[in-house]
Amino acid sequence: MENIIQINQLIKRFPIGKGEFTALKGINLTFGTGEFAGLIGPSGSGKTTLLNIIGSLDMPTEGEAIVLGKPISKLSAKESAKLRKESLGFIFQSYNLLQVHTVFENVEFPLLLLDYTTSERKKMVMDALEWVGLTDKVKSKPPQLSGGECQRVAIARAMVKKPSLVLADEPTANLDAANSHNILQTMLNLNRELKTTFIFATHDEKVIGYLKRKIFLKDGLVDHEEWIKK
Amino acid sequence: MKIAFKLAFRNLIGAGLRTWLNVIVLSFSFVVIIWMKGILVGWDHQAKNDMEQWEIGKGQFWHNQYDPYDGFTITDSHAPIPSEFKPEIEKGEMVPMLFAQGTIYPQGRMQPAMIKGIPASQTLLKIPTHKLDSVTDAIPAIIGEVMARSSHLEKGSRIVLRWRDSKGTFDATEIEIVDIFSTTVPTIDVAQVWINLETMQEKLLLPEQATLFSFANPEENRSEVGDFRLKTKKDLTAEIDAMIETKNKGQSVFYIILLLLAMLAIFDTQILSIFRRQKEIGTYVALGYTRQQVVTLFTVEGAMHAVLAAALAAVYGVPFFIWQARVGFTVPMDTSEFGMAIAPTMYPIYSMGLILSTTIIVLLTTSVVSYWPARRIAKMNPTEALRGKIQ
Ligand SMILES: Nc1ncnc2c1ncn2[C@@H]1O[C@H](COP(=O)(O)OP(=O)(O)O)[C@@H](O)[C@H]1O
Ligand SMILES: [Mg+2]
Repeated sequence: MENIIQINQLIKRFPIGKGEFTALKGINLTFGTGEFAGLIGPSGSGKTTLLNIIGSLDMPTEGEAIVLGKPISKLSAKESAKLRKESLGFIFQSYNLLQVHTVFENVEFPLLLLDYTTSERKKMVMDALEWVGLTDKVKSKPPQLSGGECQRVAIARAMVKKPSLVLADEPTANLDAANSHNILQTMLNLNRELKTTFIFATHDEKVIGYLKRKIFLKDGLVDHEEWIKK
Repeated sequence: MKIAFKLAFRNLIGAGLRTWLNVIVLSFSFVVIIWMKGILVGWDHQAKNDMEQWEIGKGQFWHNQYDPYDGFTITDSHAPIPSEFKPEIEKGEMVPMLFAQGTIYPQGRMQPAMIKGIPASQTLLKIPTHKLDSVTDAIPAIIGEVMARSSHLEKGSRIVLRWRDSKGTFDATEIEIVDIFSTTVPTIDVAQVWINLETMQEKLLLPEQATLFSFANPEENRSEVGDFRLKTKKDLTAEIDAMIETKNKGQSVFYIILLLLAMLAIFDTQILSIFRRQKEIGTYVALGYTRQQVVTLFTVEGAMHAVLAAALAAVYGVPFFIWQARVGFTVPMDTSEFGMAIAPTMYPIYSMGLILSTTIIVLLTTSVVSYWPARRIAKMNPTEALRGKIQ
């Protein structure tokens, strides 16, 4: 399996007041293509921080994270934006849909930044909505949808451009059990069919149950890992 | 950029009431500014037009001594009509006038007046001089409405006129008001009495003499003829230009206040947007926008208020403008005492340039006002924006 992410001696410090807080204390991890992995740990253990650095939304203080061959600490604002728009998909706890836009427009959004024609975009959006089972909600707007439906729109938005890597930060935190299982099953299917790599940050048992690789974080360090054999 | 427009448009429309409040305020500024400017242009046009038609034609020749602001010059401001002018006068393309200082006694009160002789047969100017041909045993005279009102004179009134002839001898005659005309040009109305030129020349012992001439030929280029000096229409209407200029400045203050209010509303909306929509900003960045592109997006979004306002202004402004141009705007006060050619009803004139320049100015200010708060986005940390933590 080819490595999609390589993390070496990653340290992240945040300035707080006059001092500093070290959120990641030296992480070493590699991820292969097609993984369905999760960063697991209590609140404050550094899951989001690590995911943000992998997603090039934040910079390492020391060490390096190489994502799809790109060293995150050396990317310019433009280069990291390019990496995100072409190869990364994000799924957030609070969905982060654009409230005034329809489901179609929300899913179409990442494609607007890429060079696709209107008809190509339409096909891709409809495909993505098909994957998450929302073809009947094309014209609805987020305020008219349930939480589960919103998260499915967010998944479609993350998946529509068929990115190499999807980063999902607590995707089920606002969902009930049935909806959580539903979206996890959807993501698992996409992982199988499209070979998309998924990395979760979670402390939800339901999510953990689906993971094929569990990375336990504790106080900014990898505590231990578990691999589930198929 | 195209995406920015599309998104900005959706966001704005999606924001609903707040957007529309801003747009309504801004569109109101649009309409008021264009209308007020239109009134000024219309006023300028009307004042100059009326002056041309009632008093000055395409220009005048003034006697060297003549100074309308100095009454003492009147006595000496006359000379024989130059022979070069005669053909034009005969063709009706030039109107000679002779002025004299006089005193009238309406109802026994003494009142100074400027007595002006003008050929009864002239048709160049709108003054109804043909009425001066009326046959009465007093000298027929015509006056303007303002003069009639201030002196309590009516058609048929007879009053005593006292003046001095060119030899300095006082003379008193009776005049009869045979007509009262209505004009917007105060310089031919207020304290003016018009009589037949020939009668005047005879009474003043100044045969064949004149103080000034109004002419019809717009290409006049003789700067001086005998004792008479050319006054172009531009020279003669300079006062109107000065007044319009002053008015323009006064109005500008009003425009600035109006725009400031609209801009304040948009500025406020922008600031609020940026704080309330941190997560959205973070999401844009996560989806592949650079922060600079998000700044552009928010700037376009703010500036689009002006585009929507222009569209809305067109919806209700165009019918309003057309209606105003037709019925005019009636000044809610008595304009006759202004000392300027002001019609009681002004018809606004809107030029393409006026509409375009107003639109561009509003669009530019709105863009600047939108960009100002949006610059903050460039400094935002996307992970903090995503958490909605920025204060
Ligand atoms: N921008 C920041 N400034 C200061 N401290 C931060 C910042 N982001 C995260 N932290 C701190 O880093 C630690 C790890 O945070 P986070 O990665 O969000 O944890 P998790 O996602 O596992 O709950 C927490 O103690 C948090 O308070
Ligand atoms: Mg977290």
